[in-house]
Amino acid sequence: MLTKRLFPVLTVVSLFLFVTAPIVIVRAPYESTMGLVQKIFYFHVPSWMAMFLSVFILGVASAIYLFRRTASADRLAVAAAEVAAVFGLMGLITGPLWGVKAWGVWWQWDARLTMAVILELILVAYLLLRQYGGPGSDRLAAGLGIAAMANVPILYMSTEIWRTVHPLTSVVPTLPAEFGLPLWWSAAGFIVLCLTLLSVRSRLEEQRASLERLYLALEED
Amino acid sequence: MTGFCKVAWLVLRKDLRVESRSREMLFTTLFFAVSCVLVFSVVFVRGGQAVEGAAGGILWVVIAFSGTLALGRTFERERHHDALRGLLLAPVDHPALYVGKLLGVLLLLGVVEVVVVVMVAFLFGAPFFQHVWRLLTLLSLGTIGFASVGTLFSAMLVRTGNRAVLLPVLLFPVTIPVLMMGVVGTTALLQPEPDLAMARVGIGVLFFFDVVFVTLALWTFEALMAE
Amino acid sequence: MTRLDGRGSDHGRAAVLAVALVVLCAGVTGGLTTVRAQQPEAAQDGFVPMSDIPPEDQLPAAPLLVAAYSVVWALAIGYLWTIWRRLGMVERELADVTRRIGEKE
Repeated sequence: MLTKRLFPVLTVVSLFLFVTAPIVIVRAPYESTMGLVQKIFYFHVPSWMAMFLSVFILGVASAIYLFRRTASADRLAVAAAEVAAVFGLMGLITGPLWGVKAWGVWWQWDARLTMAVILELILVAYLLLRQYGGPGSDRLAAGLGIAAMANVPILYMSTEIWRTVHPLTSVVPTLPAEFGLPLWWSAAGFIVLCLTLLSVRSRLEEQRASLERLYLALEED
Repeated sequence: MTGFCKVAWLVLRKDLRVESRSREMLFTTLFFAVSCVLVFSVVFVRGGQAVEGAAGGILWVVIAFSGTLALGRTFERERHHDALRGLLLAPVDHPALYVGKLLGVLLLLGVVEVVVVVMVAFLFGAPFFQHVWRLLTLLSLGTIGFASVGTLFSAMLVRTGNRAVLLPVLLFPVTIPVLMMGVVGTTALLQPEPDLAMARVGIGVLFFFDVVFVTLALWTFEALMAE
Repeated sequence: MTRLDGRGSDHGRAAVLAVALVVLCAGVTGGLTTVRAQQPEAAQDGFVPMSDIPPEDQLPAAPLLVAAYSVVWALAIGYLWTIWRRLGMVERELADVTRRIGEKE
């Protein structure tokens, strides 16, 4: 019900942010060492932010479902896993597109990139389990969702703990304003888009659940 | 606490007893592991010289594959005649069932690993026995990490139709960090000048993973297995 | 897909107000940014603005940038489209089953 009311607002806001983001990004100055390609940063970092948000929601919803058996939590978890996988894919594609110019290689198996792939794999595993697992797989999936969420802090701190080729997380909080504004603008757009997608994807799950109930009612008669 | 240990021991003893009659799981897993090592040696050993630094990785890949095979069949016997439900209905601590099964898997994998380590050392000319204790620690901790997650998932997938395929799909992403640290630690030990500091790091991280995974498994086993 | 029904009219108006506020803030911020961008930037640590860019550095980067942005847009829109499609299918089935239950009674 909350999703029904919020959805139009979320759609409009996210559309607006996305349409204006390129304008804001174009106005941002060029970075000295990486030049034009650094602008991928304004979509790369926010897509991972949106992914982390979704994975966090996945973990919390999974825990609630596992210990309280709230059906709506399970539906939200499924939606969050799918949305997180999509944003993760965005991050995993934009990253190498930037990296090939900035580092000279498409990919490196350093700590952060490896953990990012692992997280994405866990999400895909979750989705495969929900799709093909059959009865009883919802609880195992909930466990997997919690495992995915447990990975996020490690992934986030990976650049601090290990020496990696990836820029440090401390770059973002210390950005000068000319770079910070487009970033947070874009981040706002991605977060709102994430919430929009979550709301409409959970609606799909809700409708599916209603359909199942109706089929059962039909068979009973 | 003694009740918990007793239940775990009973489960382990039952599995050992059943296994000792046919030895099916032991022989098939061993054979699979040996075949894996042979395939790798065909690919990675050219003209009597093994590819540099491959032995550590190959060792852990073989452990992962044979482990998956063993884990997939851990709860196979409980699948028939609703034996698993019977076990779960018994007035015992359910996590104790998990521990009993885990110990069984660890024993099986332990035997397999002894054979595999010797084979890899021989076929790849890897100096495994220079730092035996560190290697043993790495192997034990890594296997515990891998098997703890695998036993949990295997228990959960008992009632699922696609479990043979789904177990690796679920198991590998979650256990890649464990396998990776195992490889990193083992490779550090096998270098011409062994990097003992790196091996220590590997052991430390693996210990951390083990504590986390086993704790999580014990904590969630009850909730996950409830009908 | 969703409707703001009569009960939600208060919420509907609140939503429009919220969106209008956001647009206003966005417009103000956008304007401020334009003004700021026209002023000379000081050198900073980490990300440092370049004063002039040699043209030959831009060309190889542009396709990558375009590709990155296109991928993001394509994934976002594509995903939204798959949800739309699946939702449509489910809602059609829902209508069908509801009708069949109605016929039975």
